[in-house]
Amino acid sequence: MTRILKGMLFATTVLAPAGMAMAQETQLTIESWRNDDLPIWQEKIIPAFEAKHPDIKVTFAPMAPTEYNSAVNAKLEAGTAGDLITCRPFDLSLAMFEKGQLAPLNDLEGMENFSDVAKSAWTTDDGQTTFCVPVASVIHGFIYNKAAFEEVGVEVPKTEEEFFAVLEKIKEGGNYIPMAMGTKDQWEAATMGYYNIGPNYWKGEEGRKALIAGTQKLTDSQWVAPYATLAKWKDYLGDGFEAQTYPDSQNLFTLGRAAIYPAGSWEIAPFKSQADFEMGAFPPPVKAEGDKCYISDHNDIGIGLNADSDNKEAAKTFLSWVASPEFAELYANSAPGFFSLNSTPVKMEDELAQEFVSWRENCETTIRPSAAIVGRGDPNLDLEMWRTSANVINGTMTPEQAGEETQKGLDSWYKPKQ
Amino acid sequence: MSQSDIIETETATPKRPVRWHIAVFLAPAFVVYTAVMILPLIETLRLSLFNVVGGELAFVGLANFAQLFGDPRLAADFWNAFSNNTIFFLIHMAVQNPIGIALAAMLSLPGLRVAAFYRSAIFVPTLLSFVIVGFIWKLILSPIWGIAPNLMDLVGLKSFFGPWLGKPESALITVSLISVWQYVGIPMMLIYAALLNIPDEVLEAAEIDGITGWSQFWKIKLPLILPSIGIISVLTFVGNFNAFDLIYTVQGALGGPDGSTDILGTLLYRTFFGFQNQMGNPPMGATIATVMFLIILAGVSLYLFVIQRRIRRYQF
Repeated sequence: MTRILKGMLFATTVLAPAGMAMAQETQLTIESWRNDDLPIWQEKIIPAFEAKHPDIKVTFAPMAPTEYNSAVNAKLEAGTAGDLITCRPFDLSLAMFEKGQLAPLNDLEGMENFSDVAKSAWTTDDGQTTFCVPVASVIHGFIYNKAAFEEVGVEVPKTEEEFFAVLEKIKEGGNYIPMAMGTKDQWEAATMGYYNIGPNYWKGEEGRKALIAGTQKLTDSQWVAPYATLAKWKDYLGDGFEAQTYPDSQNLFTLGRAAIYPAGSWEIAPFKSQADFEMGAFPPPVKAEGDKCYISDHNDIGIGLNADSDNKEAAKTFLSWVASPEFAELYANSAPGFFSLNSTPVKMEDELAQEFVSWRENCETTIRPSAAIVGRGDPNLDLEMWRTSANVINGTMTPEQAGEETQKGLDSWYKPKQ
Repeated sequence: MSQSDIIETETATPKRPVRWHIAVFLAPAFVVYTAVMILPLIETLRLSLFNVVGGELAFVGLANFAQLFGDPRLAADFWNAFSNNTIFFLIHMAVQNPIGIALAAMLSLPGLRVAAFYRSAIFVPTLLSFVIVGFIWKLILSPIWGIAPNLMDLVGLKSFFGPWLGKPESALITVSLISVWQYVGIPMMLIYAALLNIPDEVLEAAEIDGITGWSQFWKIKLPLILPSIGIISVLTFVGNFNAFDLIYTVQGALGGPDGSTDILGTLLYRTFFGFQNQMGNPPMGATIATVMFLIILAGVSLYLFVIQRRIRRYQF
């Protein structure tokens, strides 16, 4: 009996690691918040990499988006995080790098494939060190149901006035909910609402940089006006939008019950697989015909190297591959709506994705205003904007109050450099 | 040596063997409980006295508490969560426990048919995972897919339906009632057991004296189950001020809309672990946890030292 027991102990403790070592495979784990992309990684991206590097096995381990930051931070601090960390843009990943949790990647082979703008989201404030390989950006706009637009007899709106006229007409038609969005999860209101239409008001980068420099305040008219527009959306959202969650909104649109969906381009792939009608997209409408248009083209995903990883060499091999044009093309086509940041132009098959990208030609691009520098403190500006945007749409807060509250929160910790 | 030998032979009482088995049997529970409950509790209390100063964890005394109650934003968040939590508790006390007592009183009536079925059916939600309960109720109350609007339409009450979970004025009440629905089985079971413990002679004596029906409940049964009601109140208090799970599954970690369902548990979670772009702040989280601990301690002490001593107990 004891001999059997000893044998078992021996087998499980001594032999098992030896057996694993004999296989001579390096295991890499990628931490990510993109649980929607799990099949894409498992079926397309990882097999393509493993075909080239049979000695490295990669596991994609995603979790719920809202949990990701706290969970990955806890894992990094406890030393149990994966070898590769998917990087949120700007301040969040910067904090990880400053704590020494992410390794610098300046000398990584393939980094030369990215422009400074692409790298800006994962570079230190002094522009010296880059710590994540840029993977993709997302563009905001509106996705619409082409069949619904035809049925109601409306054209794609270019100006704000036309936009509300379209909404009004769809509402009169009665067959469709004009716009699918809810305020229960709060982030939709800010991300698909405020950050989506806002750049046209604060003139993209100009306003964002002025906010960081302190020459503009969130109480200025260009920052309050988008709230006022959002408040007008209220009448065109579905019944009970206050209790409508993000998946509810997605389903309302893909089931063909809503005509317009305020979107981020990351919706393209799931919408394509679920909706059986034709979809089109239009950028946020401008104030008056011929105005310069601004779009939110937000650096969204990068991949960095866990500074404590035991498999740094293998991880770097993987990151170099992520930096290659081959990955860029594979990723952009497997996950349409995530646009490659690689300098090499990528050919995309998906029409809706092409539509989104085509706006870059005429419109100025900017990133979300709460992402960089002003998003570092407590209270967190991004979360504040979630709350105020939702409140404004719910009608429990006026646009002016929203501006004041967010500015007050920002003032409590942020002092612009003079 | 020889001296002790003599003494032993003289007294002649056999030396009591050391009863090792007591320690052995207690050890697993003691070790596990210490490792997963007592140590983390002490560590949390300790962490609330520390904060990160210049990248290093340093002892700061009560500065965290001063910040929690002095910083206008943190204090506003805390008092908002505290008052929501108090309302959450009061709704449980006002709805869950009376309903639980009423159900138990009805179930204990002799001659009630299929009592066993009702008893199990009412207790089942308590056994369900809060994730399931939260998800089911979110679906039932959904203005888009839910059955609540249709059911209310059938009885002509459609106009009273609203997106209750999404409105700041109704969200907290709705979530509290969901929690009441889930946990009403616990007071019911405890009171039911207490009612069954009342000896038949007492009730028969009451009947002979002409006390029956309602007045029997008020005058005989209720005084006899008061200690159980006290225990239930304490359990409700502790459970409610520690609550987190149901709010988190139904309303998310933000306790929306506009913080109207934010209770101490969700505030602690957000502060300690961080949420979305807000970074976690373990020392401040530990501070909130300590305050929660003190609130619960105060409540329980109030019960133990003030209320429990005044409850009259009857021995049968």
